Formats: sequence, C-alpha cells, structure tokens
Amino acid sequence: MRSRISAIAAFWAALIVFFAWDWAHSSPVNHRKEPAIIAIGSGQAPSGGHCSAF
Amino acid sequence: MQATYPPSASPAGVSPGAAAPAGTRWPLTLAIVAAVLALAWFVTVRQAVLFLIGVGMGGLLAGARFGFTTGWRRLIEARDASGVFAQIILLAVAAAISIPLLSSFPAELSAALGPPSVSLLVGAFVFGITMQIADGCGSGTLYKAGLGIPLNMGVLPLFALGSFLGSVHLHDWLSLGAIAPVSLVRELGSAKALAATFAGLAAVGAAAWLWSRKGGGASRLWNRKLVLAGIGLALLAAANLVVAGQPWGVVYGFGLWAAKLATAAGAFDPGSNAFWGQAGNLRALDQSVFLDVTSITNIGIMAGALWISARRPVEGKPLRAGQWAAVLVAGFLLGYSSRLAFGCNVGAMVSGISTGSLHGWIWVALAFAGSLIGVPLRRRLGV
Repeated sequence: MRSRISAIAAFWAALIVFFAWDWAHSSPVNHRKEPAIIAIGSGQAPSGGHCSAF
Repeated sequence: MQATYPPSASPAGVSPGAAAPAGTRWPLTLAIVAAVLALAWFVTVRQAVLFLIGVGMGGLLAGARFGFTTGWRRLIEARDASGVFAQIILLAVAAAISIPLLSSFPAELSAALGPPSVSLLVGAFVFGITMQIADGCGSGTLYKAGLGIPLNMGVLPLFALGSFLGSVHLHDWLSLGAIAPVSLVRELGSAKALAATFAGLAAVGAAAWLWSRKGGGASRLWNRKLVLAGIGLALLAAANLVVAGQPWGVVYGFGLWAAKLATAAGAFDPGSNAFWGQAGNLRALDQSVFLDVTSITNIGIMAGALWISARRPVEGKPLRAGQWAAVLVAGFLLGYSSRLAFGCNVGAMVSGISTGSLHGWIWVALAFAGSLIGVPLRRRLGV
C-alpha cells in the first residue's frame, strides 16, 4: 500500500514539475484573445490540435 | 524488477482493493476545485470547463472500469459482448448528438476527419496489437495511470514519446498513399450520415451478438454499469465538441508534451518538420499546454481517475523484468501507431465515427484485426 502511494505521488510530482516548467517557459496567456466559453454560436472556427490532424 | 498490474482475469482488467474511508476524497476534491478556479483565472474559462469535462470522463472511465481494450479482449477470449455493446451505445448516442450539430454549425464545429491511407491501415493494425499488450488504449492508459496502476504509469511517457515521433514521421507515411478525408456529413447530409452510422453500428452489434451466442449463450449482452458509463461518456464527448468546437481527442496532447521537451532540449527543430511546422502546431508549442484542448481533458481524465482511486485502490500481481520490457515497447508503439492511425480508440473510433468520418470505421476494422493477434500474444507474454 505504501509503495503504491509512493508511486502515485512520484507520478503526479513529475507531471506537476513538467507543467510548472512548461508554464514558466511558454508565452504568457493573452486574455484579450480568450476564446468563447462555448464554441457554438461564437462565430469562431476551431483552431486546436487534434489526433486526426495531419 | 517487480511491479503490480491488474490481473487479466478481472472482467474489466483491474482488481479493486479494499475501499478507503470516504474522507480520503476531500483533499482531492479541494485540489480539483482549486485547479478549476486557477484555470479559469490564469488561463481561460473555457479550459476550466474542459478540465471539468475531463474529470467527468476520468471518473466514469475509472468508476465503471470502462475499457475499450478490455471490452474487445472479453469479446475475443470469453465471447462476452457486454463491453462492446456498451461501446456501441456510446457511439450511437455521441453520433446522434454530434452529427446534427456538425451539420447545423459547420463554421464553428469540426469533425475528426483523418485520411484513408496506408498510414491509417498500418497504424490501426499495430495499435490493435499493442493496446492489448500494454493493457490500454489512449483513454485506458490515461485513466489507469490516474488510478495509480504502475504498468500504465510506466507506459504513459513512452506513449508520449511514440506519439511525438509518429507525428514527426507522419508525412513520410502519408507519401506511401492517401486520399482526402471522407466526411459522411458532407457527402450524405446529416440524416443519411446518421442513418448510415446507425446501420454500421447495428451490423457490428449483430456480429458481436452472433459471436457471443456461439460461445454457448452464457454471456450477457447488457452490463448496466458499462452502458450507463457509455451514455455518460457520449454526453461528455458531445459537451467537448460543443465547448471546444472539436471532438474529444487524447493522442495529440501526448505528442505535444514530448515535442515541447524535445524542442527545449535542442533535439528537435519544429520549423523544419512538415507537421510541427504548421502554424497551429507552432502556436501550440509556443503556448502553455493548459491552453491545448486535448492536454487539458487528458489532465482532467487522470485527475478524475485519481479521485475514484482514493476510495477504490487497485491491487495487482507482480510483473517480471521481461514483461515490463514488452509492455514498455508496446507502449512506445502504441503512441507511434496512434499518430499514424489519426487517433486512438477515442480520437479515431469514438470521435471519428460519431462525427461521420470514414477513417473511424477503417480504424475499427484494422485495430480489431490487430487485437486478434494482440490478445494471444498478451497471453503468451503473461502480461
């Protein structure tokens, strides 16, 4: 049980370190360009990456 | 080298341990609420909503032990069609919502359209083999890693590396032969596309039912928990489409994480690559992963599964060094092949079929053929 909790803690610690590094090294969020909360009715075309993209 | 993994004898591929006290979920609940507020404040409200959708997905996947891989394996090994029937219900509900929406809002919503190609055929087939050895597809690897299963936590980084390298090589694979993506919504219109999708799902359901009947008719077709989870996942997948404007995906986010690390280490020049050099992908590399749609739902899925695991810890059996090696190689190939196949069980199958993409149907046929090899291979490897 203790080793399981240690493994989970190590896994999430690695993820959080990655996210912190990424946040520090990425361009700041531009809130003026914040997308609409719901795409439908927004008039904005989707622009995110997807697994089907090529 | 010893570790634990869920025993294959379990219908859903995992074995829950003793339940923990209810209070163990409070710290995680607070952490999830804090993450939602932080995302809304520091990133965007949309990403906070998508994170919550991911948490819901992870909770349903882990709570019901809804495994695409396990469902297929149970059909092949035990002639138990209940998992596959729940997947068919998921696809039918998601398609019933998504296809009319795509037809009504073509400028604001996009389908998961991958090109029928040599790349798709090879990728889906290899994915079908390796998902059985690695005991998880895209969503399965995520939620089982979130549950704290060592096998899937170990597979996740290699899945990401494979996904990245698959995307780097994608255009070389496409040069072997491809046609333009086929959208049933565009070709047939909403009503006929939906009818064709339902007819295809009914044919798959009938084939699974006949196969299960040949096993003596002992297996049940309907598993209430799996069906309800399937319906819930379909509703959340539709919510993902409505909020993000694009269907649910998993694999792109993994590849993006590895691409960011490779670029930062100076080992990769995205500008010189046909895929990562595209404007949208360069933008994704430049901004935080918290702004990426697939990344944020991936994180949510793991968080939702972790929340479930707080009261339902997973027990497992030891895994030898050789078995670990086989699983990690399979995990890498899982990621690589998922990019060649334009998605995993989520991006290609769920999102492809429910948004009327022909490539989703081709993916299912080839991946299932691969699983027919992967299931006995898994048994031989003892994983």
